[in-house]
Amino acid sequence: MTTLAVPAPRPLKKPGQVFPVMVVVVAILAIWYVGAFFLNAQLARDAFARQKVEPTLGQMIGATYSMERPLLPAPHQVATELWKSTTGYAINSKRSLVYHGWVTLSATLAGFVIGTLLGLLLAVGIVHVSSLDKSLMPWVVASQTIPIVAIAPMIVVVGYNLMNGQLGLSTDTSRFLAKAMISTYLSFFPITVGMVKGLRSPDPMHLDLMRTYSATGWQAFWKLRFPASLPYLFTSMQIAIAISLVGAIVGELPTGAAAGLGARLLAGSYYGQTVQIWAALLAASILAAVLVAIVGYANRLVVRRMGMAR
Amino acid sequence: MRAMGATHPRGHLQPWIAFLGLFAAVALPLDAADAWRLLPREGAFGWVVILLLAAAAYAAVKAERSPVTAVLLALASCAGAWMVLDILPGLAGHAGPGFWALLATAWLLAWALVSQLAAIKPRAGPAGFLLKLVVPLLFGAWLLVFWQVIVVAFQVPSVLIPPPSAIWAKLVSSIPILAADFRQTFLKAVIAGYVLGCGSGFLVAILVDRVPFLQRGLLPVGNLVSALPIIGIAPIMVMWFGFDWPSKAAVVVVATFFPMLVNTVTGLAASQPMQRDLMRTYAANYWQSLFKLRLPEALPFIFNALKINSTLALIAAIVAEFFGTPIVGMGFRISTEVGRMNIDMVWAEIAVAALAGSVFYGVIALIERASTFWHPSFRT
Repeated sequence: MTTLAVPAPRPLKKPGQVFPVMVVVVAILAIWYVGAFFLNAQLARDAFARQKVEPTLGQMIGATYSMERPLLPAPHQVATELWKSTTGYAINSKRSLVYHGWVTLSATLAGFVIGTLLGLLLAVGIVHVSSLDKSLMPWVVASQTIPIVAIAPMIVVVGYNLMNGQLGLSTDTSRFLAKAMISTYLSFFPITVGMVKGLRSPDPMHLDLMRTYSATGWQAFWKLRFPASLPYLFTSMQIAIAISLVGAIVGELPTGAAAGLGARLLAGSYYGQTVQIWAALLAASILAAVLVAIVGYANRLVVRRMGMAR
Repeated sequence: MRAMGATHPRGHLQPWIAFLGLFAAVALPLDAADAWRLLPREGAFGWVVILLLAAAAYAAVKAERSPVTAVLLALASCAGAWMVLDILPGLAGHAGPGFWALLATAWLLAWALVSQLAAIKPRAGPAGFLLKLVVPLLFGAWLLVFWQVIVVAFQVPSVLIPPPSAIWAKLVSSIPILAADFRQTFLKAVIAGYVLGCGSGFLVAILVDRVPFLQRGLLPVGNLVSALPIIGIAPIMVMWFGFDWPSKAAVVVVATFFPMLVNTVTGLAASQPMQRDLMRTYAANYWQSLFKLRLPEALPFIFNALKINSTLALIAAIVAEFFGTPIVGMGFRISTEVGRMNIDMVWAEIAVAALAGSVFYGVIALIERASTFWHPSFRT
């Protein structure tokens, strides 16, 4: 039934986008390869000079695309490293990217869920209590201008000390909670701002209609305000999940954390393991894209179920 | 909503509770260790506070909304907060019930003041602007008071959270260091990267707009990239551009480029077909319709990107410094002082960063107001 309800223009629009996107991606890959050649050329030339060999162009290309620690690894090197480190090791091995990815993902999701609930709660408060609106809302907006990620190391260290030292939680749990705290902190602002907008989005006419039905505030909320705010909620959730992943990654930088994509980035940067950095970066990007896509898919599902699809 | 507020007056309960709190503050000891340390025995200041609190609570109960009540409430809550902060250092760790009652009373009166101010209909002009400013400032000031009181009274170790007074002292005493960090991170890396990133994003957007093929191909990629953790490229940029500020500026360029690109392209498509047809009937060429119609229509979107980018740029520069930097810079200071457990210095740096970020944002918002004054969202 729902498949019939899908508007006709959609299949017309899709193929128009896939081809240009493919072309752009191929172009990016091509630029990447060319860039890798020129960036690594100096290193390769030095290496050949040390062996006192005059390289041919073919040798140069081969050398620049297979260096141990290149300035810019070629795409296939990154892909190989990514494949090797996701499938080559047991999932709970410290060398497996799946393990590191899960450490980051779990903190991201925990922070995202708590942040979403907190943001919803705040938004409901701001919409319904006018003194909260006047006093809290400017701070919510102002806090968006503050570099929150910059506080991340402190939140992590303080939270870690608090939970590990004072509350006696285990090292891993404290680290997990500290990272989740940052993700919460980062993700609840977009949710609050978006939901305040969303909960206020119903037409005054519709609100008046609810009043003529003598609906209570509770009923008006569940039957009108909340459904009307769902598109805003999902848009905010897409921003929030992306930013809470960033929060979890940044949260792994300063604690000397041994696990997680952020720790992987930092370790790679300390030891000059470029390929490892790029692989971790790519893994983080794929994770972000998948998370955003999941939220987007949920959005489409809910919107279609509610009959709001356009 | 305002109509609902009128049917359920919320301001009524607070003054009554404030009365109760005042009695408690007068009758109960301020010091848990010394039962005879009472508010009336604190000398003339104590009596002034008591009288002011009583007068304000009485006025709030009696005449609900009037300028006199507002002034009395403001004076009383200020005096109460002052008193609390004044006797706080001597009570660290053993604050008594009277002390908490005093704090609660002053806070309740401040809350009553906020709900009075919030009920005033917003007006145009400087008075309305001042009113809009006062309420959040009051909230912020009370946040600081609570922070100070809780940290000092419960003797929270300053490695966890230092009191605002210590942060302020640190801030004032280390202005040269903070200024050097600010210069390194903000004036060099952030500004350079911001201008380059936003500028190139804008130019590419205009290019993309001319080529529909690119628009269809690059926009989804741009949308995807704006959701990615860009900060991860910081170690790579440090490897390419060295430890000093250019590597941070490069991260900022990448972080600001895509939001600008996506927003500008969306904005350029925002003009109505009817308006574009009108330009065509005027025989306007591409550049004329770009500058006279489509760019002005795109301005709200462009400013949206500029505002998003102003915070992104600062964040990107600070986080990029976690990956390696010369021994100056806000991110460097934050990460090293956290390691040395000088949390007050970290907070001072954060205060500077927050101030810089807010001012940056505010300046762009002001420019936006001045240049898109015609937009519906500013017409009141």
